[in-house]
Amino acid sequence: MKTTNIMLCGVGGQGIVLTSKLIAAAAVERGIPVKSAETIGMAQKGGSVFSFLRLGEGASSPMFPEGSADILIGFEPAEAVRMFPYLKKEGAVIVNTHAIMPVTASLGGSDYNGSEMLDYLKKHARSLTMIDGEKACTEIGSPRALNMVMLGAAVATGLLPFTLAEIEETMKATVKPQFVELNLKALRYINL
Amino acid sequence: MHKEFLMGNAAIGRAAIAAGLNVIAGYPGTPSTEVLETVARNNNGSLYVEWSVNEKAALELAAGAAYCGARTMVTMKQVGLNVASDPLMSLAYIGVKGGMIILVADDPGPISSQTEQDTRTFAAYSKLPCFDPSSVQEGYDMVAEAFGLSEKYHTPVILRPTTRVCHAYASIDVRDENEYSVNKPEGFVRDPSKWVIFPRLSYNAHINIEARNVKLSAELSDSGRNTIVPASDAACRKGIASHGASYMYIEDALKGEPAPRLFKVSNPFPFPEKAALAFLDGLDEVLCIEELDPVIERELTYICGKYHLNVKIRGKLTGDVKNAGENTCGSVAANIASFLGREAPAAAEAETPPALPVRPPVLCAGCPHRASFFAVKEAMKGRKAVFCGDIGCYTLGNAMPLDMVDTCLCMGAGVNITQGIGRIEPDTTCFAFVGDSTFFASAITGAVNAVYNQADMTLVILDNSTTAMTGHQPHPGTGRTMMGQVVDNVSIEAVLKGIGVKTVETVDPLDLKAAVDCVKRVSAEKGVKAVIFRSPCAVLIKPENPAVIDADKCVNCKKCIRSLGCPGIVMREGKVAIENSLCTGCGLCSQVCPVGAISVKEGGRK
Repeated sequence: MKTTNIMLCGVGGQGIVLTSKLIAAAAVERGIPVKSAETIGMAQKGGSVFSFLRLGEGASSPMFPEGSADILIGFEPAEAVRMFPYLKKEGAVIVNTHAIMPVTASLGGSDYNGSEMLDYLKKHARSLTMIDGEKACTEIGSPRALNMVMLGAAVATGLLPFTLAEIEETMKATVKPQFVELNLKALRYINL
Repeated sequence: MHKEFLMGNAAIGRAAIAAGLNVIAGYPGTPSTEVLETVARNNNGSLYVEWSVNEKAALELAAGAAYCGARTMVTMKQVGLNVASDPLMSLAYIGVKGGMIILVADDPGPISSQTEQDTRTFAAYSKLPCFDPSSVQEGYDMVAEAFGLSEKYHTPVILRPTTRVCHAYASIDVRDENEYSVNKPEGFVRDPSKWVIFPRLSYNAHINIEARNVKLSAELSDSGRNTIVPASDAACRKGIASHGASYMYIEDALKGEPAPRLFKVSNPFPFPEKAALAFLDGLDEVLCIEELDPVIERELTYICGKYHLNVKIRGKLTGDVKNAGENTCGSVAANIASFLGREAPAAAEAETPPALPVRPPVLCAGCPHRASFFAVKEAMKGRKAVFCGDIGCYTLGNAMPLDMVDTCLCMGAGVNITQGIGRIEPDTTCFAFVGDSTFFASAITGAVNAVYNQADMTLVILDNSTTAMTGHQPHPGTGRTMMGQVVDNVSIEAVLKGIGVKTVETVDPLDLKAAVDCVKRVSAEKGVKAVIFRSPCAVLIKPENPAVIDADKCVNCKKCIRSLGCPGIVMREGKVAIENSLCTGCGLCSQVCPVGAISVKEGGRK
């Protein structure tokens, strides 16, 4: 089985580590070897964060070089562009279109809103799924639903080695019972 | 044996339990923290776990337990070993009865540390055997081996993973519970000739250590950990020597390519000389790919000199590998390509992306430290003042617009640095900011020093009742232990009063006016005085309703943004707006707004 390389990136606090763990758990349940590495520590406080995930045989390191990711799941437009060099030429991008303005931008009077970043992705990504995370969370009814919406969209590309039903099973086994319904809604959001 | 998907640090913690661990102590520090937390979480009550006040205390406690024959582990990050170096250097001479692993996590980059020091070098300096895992599985497996070595030679052993092993996850083979070892400590056997360090004992111990390390070097050469992989083409006269995470990057980079001879050094001290000679045999040139210090490169260069080998050793010292920062898959692939005269991996040819926003780490929205710094800043407006910082989340108070950290050196240093500045600049109002956990770890002695030596300074304790930066560990002020007990908390006020600080005032920093008044009042006094800003870490409290901006009242002056730099306040379509996903409703901005346009709902925190 070939190695599937996944890059998750965004801003500290968006639930990236949790998403990465869920993908890993789904793979482990299917007997697929997993390696991963992620940002922990100071950068988690509002800084850029990433998670490398490698599913399948044949990977030594938990990280991979630029030009290797099959799929890039960007929780924030600029962060997706920052990690874009890690994507394979034919790789797929899932991006949340809602920009998070860093404090430095607010202070400097910058009007960063992510649109330039999205234009760049539209021009360069062979396959691009854009998700309005803000709108999705409002519709689902929780600001914490973003990570499951992104994961659902990633599964929908068919590039991950499992189906939506399989990831739903893993999710149910992982989250507290009272959050299952909400997470199911979020995982299926892309198909609505 | 069965498979489990584990983080490197969790694997090390689990392996320690499987190896019959009796006692684990440590001080939190990225990237080491999860080892002890894993042991605590999986403790069936048979072993003792503590977060000690600092690394020195942890190592000394473990030494006492190891004197009794207990299997012990001490955990810390690389700079923590500096704090523990006093007992470490002596314990290397005294030795242990029960096995002792000193787990020291190194941080190439550095990602979350003050220095890029290399614990492999510290191992050589303290003459202690060292294991350097390159993967999660190796981290797991080396624990049992290190305990074995420790008990065989009655010496502490250092295990030094780096961030990419500590925080990597992998599916690894772990022992079933019925395969676990059990260690029953014999107890302390009185023997002053063994446990009391004296110059004569140290002299004899030194002789023994040097002899042991020669023996160990030979033993480690054959242990199967310091491996040589033959070149894919027998005629190839080049070799690559490496260690740790870099070795994994090398394996990935050479996948499907003709590979030179490889040498993985998992025991950098005592250096496996015999294995190194076998590796060097017949080679013309060797590239050492290392992170942090050029430990392998120096050893190989030394061995070539010692045995008159005509092998060119390249690496950091020759400028072939960068001498600072973390290696990556990409940097290692480029190093290899250049060494082997191959074409470098093609860089992506995509057009340069638009300017990316910089995203430095910042104090969280609702963080009480922001309020504390702002209160001191307001109180000292127009005054000549210096603000010495310390290690913790509050180091982030250096960022604009707060800009309230003038110095930061190492744990607990701020309180003494402040005194030094005050001696040279008596007209400056001197402040030392220190967090609650750092206060207990290493600022109390500094405070005693200030009181005794008649310093003139204000000690500001930022008490958020947790060790926030490393993930919210308990400490003496929290009233909880890692054994799950609820205990009397050590009162910071009582400590300060007890050492002779006459004025100690406690105030809620989120009550801005009270906080500013308090700082003005206290800092005007002579001598050593203290302000304790007490408010819980914003991550640990349930957020209140977010603040609301009254668009009719807001004049868009941006004073809230310019004074506080809170990630919860943003500009949206040219207007100041609240980022609802981040705002905790702390209400600080409502107290800063000059026109009263920001409000928090009734029943909010303020």
